[in-house]
Amino acid sequence: MDSTPRKMAIIATKGTLDMAYPPFILASTAAALGYQVQIFFSFYGLQLLDKNLDHIRISPLANPAMPSPMPLPTLMKALPGMEAMATGMMKAKMQKKGIASLEELRALCLDSGVKFIACEMTLSLFELDRSDLIDGIDFGGAATFVDFAGDAQISLFV
Amino acid sequence: MEFDQELDTRGLLCPIPILKTKGAMDKLQPSQVLKVVSTDPGSVRDMEAFARQTRNPLLHSRVDGKDYIFFLRKEG
Repeated sequence: MDSTPRKMAIIATKGTLDMAYPPFILASTAAALGYQVQIFFSFYGLQLLDKNLDHIRISPLANPAMPSPMPLPTLMKALPGMEAMATGMMKAKMQKKGIASLEELRALCLDSGVKFIACEMTLSLFELDRSDLIDGIDFGGAATFVDFAGDAQISLFV
Repeated sequence: MEFDQELDTRGLLCPIPILKTKGAMDKLQPSQVLKVVSTDPGSVRDMEAFARQTRNPLLHSRVDGKDYIFFLRKEG
């Protein structure tokens, strides 16, 4: 094996359930394959570092490719409760199919040495407190990400 | 094929079989062999990639009904 580990740098900017999975899946897998990995959580992606992930939901609205047991007009998808229903159905399906929960994947990332960076600017923007977020993470800005990503073999914006 | 440890990942989808394989490989001594059983069709390509990336040779793989079976040797 080469002496300098290969690197993967990811920016996670989305806070919906479907967009929360790719950063954690790719990061944990790359770590298992020997990569040094950092995820920079910015804008709505910062919510993925919240201690409680129950508010991470899937939106059927503006997600026309989302499989539905019945065809739904777009206007219906905006009705109260649709988001909760879609999220519940998606989570149940994932569990049945043997897909790990977000909480599990996030813990697996941390266990395998993936470094999480919370965007300081986003904390200020949304008036979040560091204590709202899980332990064991770092805080930084765009320069922090670029510093790591500069010599990363894989850089992804999610 | 002979092996030292067996890992059952049946019913689990990507990336869990790979993550569990990594964990199991870490516990092996050099040149020991891990048998992995998976039902994830994606694990066929993924296990080859895992072997290549971690330089732990994939000695053998086969399909047995719904099971995909892999034998990995710990590097060293």
